[in-house]
Amino acid sequence: MKKTMLVMMTMVLALTLAACGSKNGNETSGGGGAEGLSGSILAAGSTAMQPLVEQVANKFMADSKYSGITVQVQGGGSGTGLTQVSEGQADIGNSDIFANEKFKDGDATKAEELVDHQVAVVAMSTVVNKDIAIDNLTKQQLVDIFTGKVTNWKEVGGADAKIVIVNRPSSSGTRKTFEKYGLGTASEDLPGNIQEDSSGTVKKLVGETPGAIGYLALSYLDDSVKKLKLDGVEATPDNVKAGTYPIWAYQHMYTKGEPNEAVKAFLDFMLTDDIQKTDVTELGYIAINEMQVTRDESGKIVKK
Amino acid sequence: MRLSNKQVDRIATGVFYFFAFLIIVILGGLIGYILYRGIGHISFDFLTSPPQTFKVGGGIGPQLFNSLFLLVLTMLITVPIGIGAGIYMAEYSRPGKFTDFIRLVVEVLSSFPSIVVGLFGLLVFVNYFDLKFSLLAGALALTVFNLPLMVRITEQGIRGVPREQKEAGLALGLTRWKTITKVMLPVALPTILTGTILAAGRVFGEAAALLFTAGMSSPRLDFTDWNPFSPVSPLNPLRPAETLAVHIWKINSEGIAPDAAQIAAGASTVLIITVLLFNLGSRWLGRYMYRKLTASK
Amino acid sequence: MKATIEPSTRSSEGANPAAPTPGEAVSQPMNVSSNQSTGGKPSGNKPVARKRSRSGNEWFGKTYTMICVSVLIITIFSIVYFVASKGLATFFVNGVSLKEFLTGVKWAPDGEPQTFGALPFITGSFMTSILAACISAPLAFCAAIFMTELMPKFGKTVMQPVIELLAGIPSVVYGFVGLSVIVPFLRSVFPGQGLGIAAGAIVLSIMILPTITTIATDAMSNLPRGLKEGSYALGATRWQTISRSILPAVLPAMLTGVVLGIARAFGEALAVQMVIGNAPHIPNSLFESASTLTSVITLSMGNTIMGTVQNNVLWSLALMLLTMTFVFIFIVRVLERRSLR
Repeated sequence: MKKTMLVMMTMVLALTLAACGSKNGNETSGGGGAEGLSGSILAAGSTAMQPLVEQVANKFMADSKYSGITVQVQGGGSGTGLTQVSEGQADIGNSDIFANEKFKDGDATKAEELVDHQVAVVAMSTVVNKDIAIDNLTKQQLVDIFTGKVTNWKEVGGADAKIVIVNRPSSSGTRKTFEKYGLGTASEDLPGNIQEDSSGTVKKLVGETPGAIGYLALSYLDDSVKKLKLDGVEATPDNVKAGTYPIWAYQHMYTKGEPNEAVKAFLDFMLTDDIQKTDVTELGYIAINEMQVTRDESGKIVKK
Repeated sequence: MRLSNKQVDRIATGVFYFFAFLIIVILGGLIGYILYRGIGHISFDFLTSPPQTFKVGGGIGPQLFNSLFLLVLTMLITVPIGIGAGIYMAEYSRPGKFTDFIRLVVEVLSSFPSIVVGLFGLLVFVNYFDLKFSLLAGALALTVFNLPLMVRITEQGIRGVPREQKEAGLALGLTRWKTITKVMLPVALPTILTGTILAAGRVFGEAAALLFTAGMSSPRLDFTDWNPFSPVSPLNPLRPAETLAVHIWKINSEGIAPDAAQIAAGASTVLIITVLLFNLGSRWLGRYMYRKLTASK
Repeated sequence: MKATIEPSTRSSEGANPAAPTPGEAVSQPMNVSSNQSTGGKPSGNKPVARKRSRSGNEWFGKTYTMICVSVLIITIFSIVYFVASKGLATFFVNGVSLKEFLTGVKWAPDGEPQTFGALPFITGSFMTSILAACISAPLAFCAAIFMTELMPKFGKTVMQPVIELLAGIPSVVYGFVGLSVIVPFLRSVFPGQGLGIAAGAIVLSIMILPTITTIATDAMSNLPRGLKEGSYALGATRWQTISRSILPAVLPAMLTGVVLGIARAFGEALAVQMVIGNAPHIPNSLFESASTLTSVITLSMGNTIMGTVQNNVLWSLALMLLTMTFVFIFIVRVLERRSLR
C-alpha cells in the first residue's frame, strides 16, 4: 500500500514536470512564418559574454522585423552553455573558448556537432595595483611571475614589494586564453595566490591589494587598476586588430548543427556593422569584421 | 592576591555585559553599514526600472518582482505539501521505525548545504526534466529547503493544540480528518503562519541554489501582459528569473555598469529591509491573530 | 543554511503567546464532552476513527498526508541518488583513485598530468567552520546568559529580534560586507592579503551566531527553576551559579548548537568564496589564500562541461558535502541521546 503510493506519487510528479518541460520545448523551436520569423531563442553560457548578448538581444527584439522572436540570455558559465547547447536545451551556447578545448577525450565527438559563430573579439591586459611603478613587462618576466620564479617586484625592475598574484581558477576560459597567448605556457597554482572567477572581484582585489597583479578583459578596465604593456605593446583595440598584441580571444556562439531561421537571423543581426560598431565597441569588445588577422584554435595567425 | 567571590562575580558580570554589548554593536554596525551605503541610492525609480548593462541608472524592478513571485510560487508548492506532511507527523504517525525515519529525513533535508541542493536542481529540474533555467526550477529547488521547515512548523503548531479540543471534535462525531482541518488547524494557524513568514524571509535571501536553477538573467518583461503562457509575461513560470540576491552576486562579480557598486549596495539594503519587514510582519501577525482569536470567543 | 531555522521558530513560538492561549480560551465550553474518549492517544480513538474511515473523507485525509510524506522521502532519495551517481562516476567511470582524491594535495584537473587531490579543500572546510564555531560559541554563550540571566526583558525585546534578523541576512550580503570591511581590515593588521581562512571564519562566525545563541537560550530558559534557585540559596554568587550550575546543565545543548553551527558553516558557499582567496593549497597561515569544498564548486561548476572528469570531480566534492551533512546530523543525534540520559 505504502509502496504503491510512493510509485504513484513519483509518476505524478514526473508527468507534471515532463508536461511542463515538453510544452516549453515546443515553444523554443523557432518556426519561419510567412510574414516574419517567430519563435523563442535561448542563449546560455559565458557570464562575461552575457552583457553583450543581452544588449544585442534587446535591440534585436526591439526591431520591428523580428518582433515575433524572443531571445533569452542566460549566464551559468561557458561550460554550462556548451553542455546545454550540445544536449539541445539551449539554442545557442556562449563560450569564450573554442568548444574542443572543453570537450576533451571521449567527448570530442560532441564538439564536432557544434557550429562555431564568432561574434566578437575580446582582448585582455595584464593589470597591476596602482602603486607599482613599472609599466611594461616582457613575456619572459610575465612567465616568471606566474610560475613563481619571481616573487618580488624589484626583480623585474620595480620597487621592493612582494608580488601578489590574482589568478583565475584552472577551469576558467579567461585563464586559458591568457596562458596560451600571453604566457605560452601554463601558469602555476602557487600557494598563497588568489583565484577569482569573476572579473569584478579580480578588479577589486588588484585595485586594493598592494603589489597585486592580474589580468582583465578590456571591457572591465577602469582607472582603479593600472594597465601594463606586454613587450612594449599596449593592449589597445588597434594593436589587437593589427595582430601585434597577442592576448585576445574570440567570443563564440555555438549552435548544434546549422541554426534554424530564427537563430540565424539573430546571429546575422549580431554581425551587422551597426551592432558591431556601436554595442560591441561600446562594451569594450572589438568588432570581429575589423580584425585584420584571423586565428584558428591551434593559435595559428593568418593575415586577412 | 586572590580575588574574593564578589569580585570575580563582578568581573564576570562585566564580561557578559561587554560581550552582549559587543554583539549588539557588531549587529548594529553591520546593519547600519549596509543601510548607510545603500539607502541613498533607493528611490522609486530604482525600485521599478530595469537594470542597465553598461550605463548609469539601472534599477532592480524585475529582480524585486522575481524575488517576490518566486517566493509565492515556492509557497504554493510548499504549503500544501508541508502542512500535509506536518499533519501526518503530528496526528497519523505511530511511534516506530518509520516515524523515526521520517523525522531523520526532515532533519537531514533541512541541513543540506544550499549549493548541493542547487546542483541537484540543475541536474534534475533544469536538465533532466528540461525545465531549463526557470522560475519553476528555482521554486522546486527552494521547496527542498522550505519543505522540512513547513513540516516542522506545522507539526509543532498542531501538537500545540490542547488535547481537549481535538477530543471534543472527535466526540462530536467528526472524522479525524475533519477534526484536524476544521478544529485543530485553525487553532494552530497563528503558529504556522508566523513560522511560515519567518521561513519565507530566508527563502528571499537565498542565492547559491538559485544560481544553478532560476538562472542569472531576466528576460524583457512586459508588465501589461498577464497571460502566464506568454514568454514575456512576468507571470510565466517557465521563464528564467534573476532574483534580488542573485543580482547582487552578479553585479558584484561581473557588473560593468559604472555605478555597479552603488546598485549592489542599494539592492542589499532593499533585501535587508524586506527581511526586516518579514520578521516584523510575522510578529505583528502573530499578535493580531491572537487578539482576533481570543476576541472571537 | 537551514539548520538555524528550527531553533528560531521554536523560540518565536515561545515569544508569541498566540499558540497555546487561544486554544485554552476556546476549549473551555467543549471540555464537558471531552470526557467520553479517555486518554486521547491514537489508540484510544481507534474505534471511532475506524467506524468513520469508510467515509471517503477520512480516507482522503490519510492518503493526502501520506502522499505529502512520500514527497519528502522521494526528495531525499533522489538527491542522494543523483548526487551520488554523478559523484561516484569520478571513481568508477573516470578511474580516479579514491585514495588520491582524499589524501592528495595537488589539485590540477586541467593540468598535465591531471591530478585530483581534494585534501586542501577538505582541510580548508574543516578549518574555517571549526574556527568559526570557536569564535561564535563563547559569544553565543555570553549572549544567551545575558538574555536569560542578566537582562531578560531587554534580551527579549531587543536582543532576540536582532539576533533573529542576523539569521535572515542573505549570505551574499555577508560576503559583500566581508569583502569590503573584514578583508581590508585584516590586510592592514596582519601580514598577507587579508583573504584566507581567518576572513572566512569571521564572516561565518557571525552567520552561525544565531544558530548557537538560539539553541543555548532555549536550553537555559528550559532549565528547572530549582537548579538556579538552589544555587543562589546556598549563597553562591551569580558567576558561581552560572559556571557551576548552568554551564554544566546546558553544555550538551550548547554542543548540539555548535555542531549545527559547524554544519551550516560547512555548507555555506557564496559568502566564503568571496573572502577566502581560493588557492587550491593547504595554507601555511590563517591569512593566506585557501579553498573550501564549496568555494571550489562555485568557482568551477559553470566553467566545466557535464560528463567530463573535470565536472564529475566537482560532483564528488558535492557528494562529500552531502556525506558530511549526514555525519553532522549523526553527531547531533548522539549528543541529544546522551543529554536525555
